Amino acid sequence: MTAELRREGNPSSLHAAGRRARRVVEESREQVAETFGARPGEVVFTGGGTEADNLAVKGLFWSRRAADPVRRRIVASPVEHHAVLDPLLWLAEHEGAELEWLPVDRLGRVDPGDVAGALGNDPDSVAFVTVMAANNEIGTIEPIGAVAAEAARWNVPLHVDAIAAAGQLPVDFAGSGAATMALTGHKIGGPPGVGALIVARGVQLTPVLHGGGQERDMRSGTLDTPGIAGFAAAAAVAEVELGERSKRMAGLRDALVSAVLEAVPDARLNGDPDPSGRLPGNAHFSFPGCEGDSLLLLLDARGIECSTGSACSAGVSQPSHVLVATGADDDSARASLRFSFGYTSTMGDVRAVADAIGPVVERARGARLASARRA
Amino acid sequence: MSPNRPLRVLAALSGGVDSSVAAARAVDAGHDVTAVHLALAENPQSFRSGARGCCTLEDARDARRVADVLGVPFYVWDLAERFRQDVVDDFVAEYAAGRTPNPCVRCNERIKFAALLDRARALGFDAVCTGHYARLVDGVHGRELHRSVDPGKDQSYVLGVLDAGQLAGALFPLGGSVKTAVREEATRRGLAVAEKPDSHDICFISDGDTAGFLRDRIGDQPGEVIDVSGEPVGRHDGAFAFTVGQRKGLKLDRAPSDGLPRYVLALSPIDRTVTVGRREDLAVTDVRGEHVRWCGPEPAGPFRCAAQVRAHGEEIPAVAERTGEPAAAGSAEPGPSAALAIRFDRPVLGVAPGQAIVLYDGSRVIGSATIAWAGANRVPA
Repeated sequence: MTAELRREGNPSSLHAAGRRARRVVEESREQVAETFGARPGEVVFTGGGTEADNLAVKGLFWSRRAADPVRRRIVASPVEHHAVLDPLLWLAEHEGAELEWLPVDRLGRVDPGDVAGALGNDPDSVAFVTVMAANNEIGTIEPIGAVAAEAARWNVPLHVDAIAAAGQLPVDFAGSGAATMALTGHKIGGPPGVGALIVARGVQLTPVLHGGGQERDMRSGTLDTPGIAGFAAAAAVAEVELGERSKRMAGLRDALVSAVLEAVPDARLNGDPDPSGRLPGNAHFSFPGCEGDSLLLLLDARGIECSTGSACSAGVSQPSHVLVATGADDDSARASLRFSFGYTSTMGDVRAVADAIGPVVERARGARLASARRA
Repeated sequence: MSPNRPLRVLAALSGGVDSSVAAARAVDAGHDVTAVHLALAENPQSFRSGARGCCTLEDARDARRVADVLGVPFYVWDLAERFRQDVVDDFVAEYAAGRTPNPCVRCNERIKFAALLDRARALGFDAVCTGHYARLVDGVHGRELHRSVDPGKDQSYVLGVLDAGQLAGALFPLGGSVKTAVREEATRRGLAVAEKPDSHDICFISDGDTAGFLRDRIGDQPGEVIDVSGEPVGRHDGAFAFTVGQRKGLKLDRAPSDGLPRYVLALSPIDRTVTVGRREDLAVTDVRGEHVRWCGPEPAGPFRCAAQVRAHGEEIPAVAERTGEPAAAGSAEPGPSAALAIRFDRPVLGVAPGQAIVLYDGSRVIGSATIAWAGANRVPA
């Protein structure tokens, strides 16, 4: 990737520099396809995961509705990332889409039987189904294979947001049965600002970006050759090291979960308590009586970086729609923290959290009481 | 608490130039600074229905930019619900009751140096730092609140509700500076907010239309405008649109018989009348205050002071004395509602109930009260 930053050449051009850049892009496309079980011709490079999800959600809806105006229903999991959720809400508000939310259990998991039920009731009116491979907030792995089988039974396309799963779980596009699958570079150790939508052969998408007709007319715009090279390099490494990395992250994650639950006995692990049912790099807790904001500040002051989930444009933290979908009330949704492990995390990091979390939770509880005192 | 010792400081960053320079000075002074932007507005945001957004996106971003330049942690704290309850609802209720509140006073008392300071202290911070133009001096009365050296920007009036405990947790690094120097310093420090205009309006009424804001919440309350002589001189849509001392916008149907200009003398929401009169009818010599707050030890007996009855108003020599009983039976401390009687040395025009009356000893703030009643040479029944 750094080598590519020094070179020039538009991969769409016919001159020598363009041909050289095109070769880099096409070899990268082959690598990304190989890592994620797709054909090279199915890989559409995008400017990141959000764009890939937008292209899938809007592109599938528009093209399916254009082919048959009856298809306005979208069957969706309510725990999707905002990159899927917000385009869905936009389609409902501006394009007449009818959203049908699948129920999830308290672990945030979709039941394929509910997909069957939603599709069996008037399958002709369904534009597509969308269920993520694994949840980015609470780490729950979704039963994509079974969901895809239901979608296939009714001949309805399935979009899978695999952004959180990639780099932590094996992702096999061909084996998944998905029509489209979103991926992003920075979640697998690549650069930010580059991603891909894998689009199965024969699946039509109406483009979101119109212009020069790059990427099979589905995504116009000059390709970011260095970014794509970096994405492919990360994919190559992830493919080789996935098994070992996942095992190591799962070991750290299990140690962290035990340590936190021991230090704070009334803390609750959100998502699947069965380690095989959640992302190896994810641990997500609710700490009753705390504000997530206070926990974040106190941990940050001790050099521990974690996350409270999503925030509005101004930075005010919001109760997580994922936790709310699993049945949590606003208060416990706000009292939550996510710890993510990367390739560089160590047991020392786990010990630092284990040492800090007890006093931090105690202090955060005091702060919540203090700020309510004069109310 | 000495300001010279390094403290754990929570710097409130509004996104404006003053709080930015204040935070920068706190960093330079060696304090361990964490920045926080208060989200005070409750507005639904597009798409994410029901989610809480803010009307001040630009301010939040500016605040974050400043924190990044200063290299300090930055958080956004959502105090919108507390702000609505303690400041906005109170503002509307006060107007509905015929008074003229000062929401900045209320915000300092209940939000910045209560909700925010309490939470900061519980999280291990020693003080909240703001860009207010006022000085904190460790003097014979303990931690004393004094006027800013910049008379044009002095904000001690809106801080006169802070008690000793609150002042002990405050840091005002701008009190010894004039505004022009603060702007120059912001430019020198490379802060992108250096040229941002000053905010003068009420922060939660973004279009500046206070009467419209109140009408939306209180509704039209039409009534009569009565001259002090007793003759009806016009109609109005709501007494909340008027302030004692106001001359413009009265829209009288008929000129008073003496042909002299008229000023608002009193608002009576019960019978919905607005009383107007001549300029000299505005003259007040006596004020009764409630919700008394002392910025340090309470003075004994009647005491001489200089009173200020509105933001950036003049000082009036006066004598003040406690008259009220303790608010809570059995409490040794006088309650915050206990009354204060103030007699001015000379008549003062346009004293509006609901405004703060802040009492000074030289540059030092002694304390304050909310004006409950104002009259001439007599005390209320």
